[in-house]
Amino acid sequence: MSSEPVKSIQTPIALEYSYTPGLASSRFLRGVATGKLVGQRCPVCRKVYIPPRGSCPTDGVPTEDEVELPDRGVVTTFCIVNVPFAGHAIEMPYVAASILLDGADIAFQHLVQEIPAAEVRIGMRVEAVWKAREQWGPSLENIRHFRPYEGAV
Amino acid sequence: MTEVLSAPHRLEYPYRRSVGPVLGHFLGGLREGRIEGIRAIDGRVLVPPQEYDPVTAGALEEWVPVGPGGVVVSWAWIAEPLPKQPLQRPFAWALIRLDGADTAMLHAVDAADSSAMRTGMRVTVRWRPERVGDVRDIESFVPE
Repeated sequence: MSSEPVKSIQTPIALEYSYTPGLASSRFLRGVATGKLVGQRCPVCRKVYIPPRGSCPTDGVPTEDEVELPDRGVVTTFCIVNVPFAGHAIEMPYVAASILLDGADIAFQHLVQEIPAAEVRIGMRVEAVWKAREQWGPSLENIRHFRPYEGAV
Repeated sequence: MTEVLSAPHRLEYPYRRSVGPVLGHFLGGLREGRIEGIRAIDGRVLVPPQEYDPVTAGALEEWVPVGPGGVVVSWAWIAEPLPKQPLQRPFAWALIRLDGADTAMLHAVDAADSSAMRTGMRVTVRWRPERVGDVRDIESFVPE
């Protein structure tokens, strides 16, 4: 009456969301789908937010003034990721960085590649590397990653 | 006016957990088409098995074959099954006291509709043809 005991079982758990980014982010993502990076400027403090959220967190007013920004900027901070996790296909180690586009007042996160992780520096200038145009959709994944950029601001 | 976007987003945690020697033995039995309970210090047979006696906390180790038939002790009708529930048609969750057992275990009963369900009814196990050592090796119970 004895058999090989089971050692472990899989008990996955999943949460299924329908994600709605809202009006401002939808406009931003539709811009990204055509290769444009469009932020919004606060009418009071003049700061430019990208991706825009539709209002200024400091002044509490709608940000309706749209500003197209270039696809290059500067690394404001970064993290070298050495720990893989399920569902991620990027080769280790990789660099996740906060990138402040020229003309923006808030950074967003993206990958920095085409450079050894140990050589990434705060203040480094970077430019976007886009996927092939036929692969574009309403997603920041249209930008494959950022890479070092030597040109002037 | 921009149409607001929407996209599916799935957040999944792919857990694997160790089951320990007692549940491991129980699940290994299921894989071979066998349901076993464990005898408590007071002589009762516990199904599903527990590692330690619920009264004295002493270790338990005497295995007792039970089932494959049993009695529905309590049940709830599921008119609209959710994804990943054991059956994708209306079914009952039931507490089933297997023949030879003194406690009831929770499983699905594949009944035609809720009028076929009643407390005290007899059911029997329906095995999954391909078993891996998981409680889902029991596909469901069916009215006897």
